[in-house]
Amino acid sequence: MASNHLTGIGSESKQLATWYFTFAAILFGAQLLFGLVAAIQYVMPGFLFEIVDFSVARMLHINALVVWMVFAMFGSVYWLLPDETGIETVGIKVGKLLYWIFVAAIVVVVLVYLLIQVGPADEMSIWFIHEGREYIEAPRWADWGITVVALGFVANLFLTGMKGNRSGIVTVLMADMIAFAGLYLTGMFFTDNISVDQYWWWWVIHLWVEATWEVFVGALAAYGLIQMIGAHRKVVEMWLWIEVAMLFGSGILGLGHHYFWIGTPEYWWEIGALFSALEPLPLVAMFIHVMYDWGKEQGKQNADSLAAGEDDISVIKNSPAFIWFWMNAFGNFLGAGVWGFFHTLPQVNLYTHGTQFTSAHGHLAFFGAYATILIGMMYLAIQGTNGIKVMKNTKASIWSVSLLVGGMLGMTVALTIAGYVQVLISRAQMGATWAGYFDGQSGMWFVQAMDWRLISGMVMFVGFSLLIKDFLTTGKNPVHQR
Amino acid sequence: MAKKSVWSDNRFWQRSAAWITGFASVLLIWLTFDTAGQISMGTDADLQNGVTKRVPGPTVINYKITYEMSSTRGHEVPVVGGNDGSGKSLFQEKEKFFGRDDWSEEEAGALLHLGKLGSQTKNCMNCHTLLGNGAYYAPDLTKSWLDPAWGPEGSMQAMTGKDTKEEAMAEFLQHPSTYPTHARMMPDLGITAEEAKGLVAFLKHMSSIDTNGFPRNFGRMENAGVRNGK
Repeated sequence: MASNHLTGIGSESKQLATWYFTFAAILFGAQLLFGLVAAIQYVMPGFLFEIVDFSVARMLHINALVVWMVFAMFGSVYWLLPDETGIETVGIKVGKLLYWIFVAAIVVVVLVYLLIQVGPADEMSIWFIHEGREYIEAPRWADWGITVVALGFVANLFLTGMKGNRSGIVTVLMADMIAFAGLYLTGMFFTDNISVDQYWWWWVIHLWVEATWEVFVGALAAYGLIQMIGAHRKVVEMWLWIEVAMLFGSGILGLGHHYFWIGTPEYWWEIGALFSALEPLPLVAMFIHVMYDWGKEQGKQNADSLAAGEDDISVIKNSPAFIWFWMNAFGNFLGAGVWGFFHTLPQVNLYTHGTQFTSAHGHLAFFGAYATILIGMMYLAIQGTNGIKVMKNTKASIWSVSLLVGGMLGMTVALTIAGYVQVLISRAQMGATWAGYFDGQSGMWFVQAMDWRLISGMVMFVGFSLLIKDFLTTGKNPVHQR
Repeated sequence: MAKKSVWSDNRFWQRSAAWITGFASVLLIWLTFDTAGQISMGTDADLQNGVTKRVPGPTVINYKITYEMSSTRGHEVPVVGGNDGSGKSLFQEKEKFFGRDDWSEEEAGALLHLGKLGSQTKNCMNCHTLLGNGAYYAPDLTKSWLDPAWGPEGSMQAMTGKDTKEEAMAEFLQHPSTYPTHARMMPDLGITAEEAKGLVAFLKHMSSIDTNGFPRNFGRMENAGVRNGK
């Protein structure tokens, strides 16, 4: 097991992982592209009006986001399974078939979003165009397709975990992924009652991104630390279990912070406030964990070098991946933790709910908590498939991480300022009406914030282009030790 | 040799994680049962018998709906059919909706069904927020039925050439880019006359949902005539 993680060659599971990562990267690009369209429309409302309207661009923006992350998550599992279990993934042929079904379904869904856009107010539109429910717009036929693919994926994971060496990381992933797949079912029905609709809709969205996805990230971080810096498995897995306890302990009932204003009873104020206020704690723990393990392993290495009278060498086996994992630990804390906590108490949320404040948090949290670590996993896969022993930073890798992170921070600050303008003018001053809304939107600081957001988005797009360049040129780059 | 501490024992933490997750899940499921009961949609009988529901039945479209301060709850609540003075609904004062205030449970239910379907198939949520959730490119629709812009003093009835709030809204929904209010316009989504009626019923119904005082001070400044310092 010690050496086989360095190579994806010969493992079908790892080959499938690279397919998943490749399509994920393409969708990541699509996400940024449609994000740019939407950002331009804030600045120039006539841009693509009644051609690709904001609603269409934004639907593609957030759906590409969710789907590329799900693809990269599946890819991550297929990548790490052989390393963790010591065997080839069970049922990999079915897994590969499901991959192509998944890709085909996504392509069809995207084309329908783009070319048909809206349908008449009937069930057929819900089944074949889109469901019009933020983040899980996929039409009902695709819901069932996704369910089948997800169950196939979970079956691969379970059968492999039960046959091979079931490490702590694999155990956590097995429990987590069954919840992840099961929760999707709670978003697959129609009701006339919008309060009931949004109640269950949040079960999917929240219990994904603030519970099961976070635990998934914990498991990936554990795997990554073992792979990249040789962290001690027992220590890493103990941290992982503590994180699972803290993440689920706070995140499951933290769901209550979405139930303040949708028609649900007042007791959710207290429950949502208390548990969601605890949600940042595991994120602090995860950051400390990464820093602590890095310091510990490097310290040991330095002591060994000193004793042997040699120069210090880095314990990091994959520098770009490690930077992204580190960005994840910090970004998760900052975006999900700090920016989430800002507006999680009902007394604050009464005014911030449904403003750009949420958007600021959403952007930094999705990027900080998920995009970062999944890009890190892509780097691990690139290291493996190219047979690289020690992977170094390149100019492109440094520039891409700087521009992507810098762009995202700029965007977050801009959206936060825009959110403040909305809270103060549209909400507090003008009482949340139509006219109040537009008073806020035309405020000077709001308008400037939207300009900066667009510029930040362009910076991110350049960063993304460099990331892809780095991915594609790694194989021939002589800087890496093979 | 030092005694092994439970605090560094993986089994201990694994079990803790399982127990904590199980406990949180059971609590969530229990609360879900309670909430599901409280947010189930009311009936026409509830409205006639003066039963306040968090989500009233579809025939609430036959009543006048306002959003007023409740002295017991300390925030605004939807008031259906008149206010008893403390923010409690009287369920008496009717209001014509497209010329009628006697929509039956079936008729009103069918309109609401069409409207809710329309709200999804026209993708409202990817520009607007509903109950505060969605996108931030266009105004929140939670209490849009009560927005002064659509009322007799507002500009939208004159702009669309209609005499009532519901007709003005329906006209706007069918031809939104004909009535631009800002540089940022609503696109034409192919909404038919019947769909528009359903959507307006959906919006009126949504304004009657008890959202625990969100949004706060809705239209307050404008109602008080303070807007633009007038």
